[in-house]
Amino acid sequence: MSCCAPGVEAAAEIGRDPSAEELRLASRDLGGGLFQTDLSVPAVHCAACIRTVERGLGKLPGVESARVNLSTKRVGVKWRGELAPQMIQALAGLGYPAHLYEAEQDKSDPELSRLIRAVGVAGFCAMNIMLLSVSVWSGADAETRQAFHWISAALALPALVYSGQVFFRSAWSALKVGRTNMDVPISIGITLAYSLSLYDTVHNGAHAYFDAATTLVFFLLIGRTLDHVMREKARAAVRGLVRLSPRGATVLRDDGSQDYLPVSEVEPGMRILLSAGDRIPVDGVVAEGSSELDCAIATGVSAPLHVGPGSELRAGTLNLTGPLTLAATAKAQDSFLAEMVRLMEAAEGGRARYRRLADRASRLYSPVVHATAFLTFLGWMAATGDWHQAISIAIAVLIITCPCALGLAVPIVQVIAARRLFENGIMVKDGSGIERLAEIDAALFDKTGTLTLGRARLVDARAEDGAMLRIAAALAAKSRHPLSRAIVSGLDSDTAILLSDIVEHPGLGIEAHAGADIYRLGRAEWALAGGGEGQGTVLGRNGELAASFVFEDALRPDAGDAIAALQAEGLDVAILSGDQPATVAATARQLRVQHHEGALLPGEKLNYLGKLAERGKRTLMVGDGLNDAPALAAAHVSMAPATAADIGRNAADFVFLHESLAAVPTALAVAREAGQLVRQNFALAIIYNAIALPIAIAGYVTPLIAALAMSLSSVLVVANALRLRAGKLPKPADKARPYQASKIQSIVPAE
Amino acid sequence: MSSLVFLVPLALILGGAALGGFLWSLRSGQYDDLDGAAERILLDDDEEDER
Repeated sequence: MSCCAPGVEAAAEIGRDPSAEELRLASRDLGGGLFQTDLSVPAVHCAACIRTVERGLGKLPGVESARVNLSTKRVGVKWRGELAPQMIQALAGLGYPAHLYEAEQDKSDPELSRLIRAVGVAGFCAMNIMLLSVSVWSGADAETRQAFHWISAALALPALVYSGQVFFRSAWSALKVGRTNMDVPISIGITLAYSLSLYDTVHNGAHAYFDAATTLVFFLLIGRTLDHVMREKARAAVRGLVRLSPRGATVLRDDGSQDYLPVSEVEPGMRILLSAGDRIPVDGVVAEGSSELDCAIATGVSAPLHVGPGSELRAGTLNLTGPLTLAATAKAQDSFLAEMVRLMEAAEGGRARYRRLADRASRLYSPVVHATAFLTFLGWMAATGDWHQAISIAIAVLIITCPCALGLAVPIVQVIAARRLFENGIMVKDGSGIERLAEIDAALFDKTGTLTLGRARLVDARAEDGAMLRIAAALAAKSRHPLSRAIVSGLDSDTAILLSDIVEHPGLGIEAHAGADIYRLGRAEWALAGGGEGQGTVLGRNGELAASFVFEDALRPDAGDAIAALQAEGLDVAILSGDQPATVAATARQLRVQHHEGALLPGEKLNYLGKLAERGKRTLMVGDGLNDAPALAAAHVSMAPATAADIGRNAADFVFLHESLAAVPTALAVAREAGQLVRQNFALAIIYNAIALPIAIAGYVTPLIAALAMSLSSVLVVANALRLRAGKLPKPADKARPYQASKIQSIVPAE
Repeated sequence: MSSLVFLVPLALILGGAALGGFLWSLRSGQYDDLDGAAERILLDDDEEDER
């Protein structure tokens, strides 16, 4: 019913809605019997959506209030009572699929509010000091100048002590481990400028640099805050994705009672009940029941796996067709998932060694500038013997070569690049990811779920009688099997047919009666009386062939173009998969990729990366499964689709939300152009220094010149960063569409 | 010079008030959902009564 439903990608295709117990476990206790549950609702995007969602939830029994946050696409629901209200079902009924997300990490961000407060304070101080400085520059008499200098000194103090802390802390933590970063010269510059100006003010000097010091702090803080906001936005978007690992499990006690326990409290030996659509919470052995498992996200094998009593199950796989009773063999922290986490931690050496561009630049920059300032001091001491003048000029050198442009050179480009990627549905979690992506010379892809969508697609359905296809679709709608789902989404179903006695036979298919006829949809060997070897999936009516179906694991949209684009960029592209070699080879042929390896274990993917690294290759790893997570952590830079396993998403530097694989070349183009702009910015900063430095060494810098030069260089650097062209979306006419639609919606009552 | 004695403090007080207002609005969560605030203006409050 929603105006916003078209264009919204179905976020949770597989998987069951969380139960009331799981919702309860995921909510916060506000005290006094009041609970708050936060849900991610990706489809809200206009005023009508807000109203529909808030009203719809408000009508549920037990709900006290519901408040949508449109920026984060979340809704916070406050409710009372023993059991959580049916929020997810209610939202689904309104046309807004909702899901739980990783709430634990979602505390409010103290760093951001600290930065914004620091910007506010620095802005207030800088503006007022500038106001006073203008009158000093335009030649205020000595008495007024003196008074203004004192007021400026008082105003500059909070800017330095409170706002400047951001830089001091970072500089100190770098110095402690024997490194320098961009904040070291910044800290030295502003501290010396303030101290000298204070000294001059006390001694009735004509020049004070309070304005330069505070505007420097202000500009740099703006850059830093924008950087933080952008990254936080991307991280929040990633956190808002569907949580794939279950929060709890239904444990069957010896006395027959059932308890819903958090996964961390499940002990080996406990019996766990799993219904179709549940994810396996911990490693275990099947005690009762038989079913089929979707292992795509855990091991990369795309074909469903049949399991029965005695089969070993790995945490993270998805139970598709039948109920199972599972005997846990490991705790959650010893399960398959935990093994991947350990591999990831072991692998994460390479990326930690990467040094940010800005830090590398400052390693060259600081010694040069500080040595120049010191030599200037020595030179003037030798020439005049006036130590006050010598210090003044040396500090003027430090201020004029101020790292303002250099301090902004990298972050401002990255803010703009991250914003551009965000518009393209690509989330960057770390600015250094953009730098690292620009350096790659090889790209490795996982197959299942990354190059392919990880779900079967119906490519051909044949039947003598068209009605049979509709019956097949109606029958398939009763099953969770991936092939059934493919049939449902590929064909129109006929709801008028009365199907009865529907039974799903795990590993075989689904059976139903319609009048006197018996229909079987599934393996040909089972559905047809004559055996029907090798005919794949069919619909049988009383043992006769009624319809046959052909499936393939659908490639992601634009997969071919994306791979070709990467190869045209000169990258070595290879496919690493846990799936069977034959399937991998077929996909590789289709995408014209020469190097491909199948049946790889997670550790073997790591080894492959290690071998590439030894040859000096920098690799981009694109993957989605649990088995890719160690490789994602080990690669020089990594990307994961939104449908990836939780830990894979957390390990990747980039997460792309849209289905299309075009995200990979887009991200690469943006990263490479951003790298170019950063280098241009460094060049601009160096040219500026080359001009300003001689003036400063000669002792001609006044506070007015310092302020002008600094602002000019910062504006230049920011303007250059704004030139980023890659990944620019065409100015869409449809940008206006949702807005108009929302207006129409709000006129016509939604109910 | 004499006019500066009250004009400068006045300017600082006004600026300080603006800064205080900004910090207050930040703390009271007015920047938490900027997109939502822009859209909510389209919702009519009196529609609530029709329920």
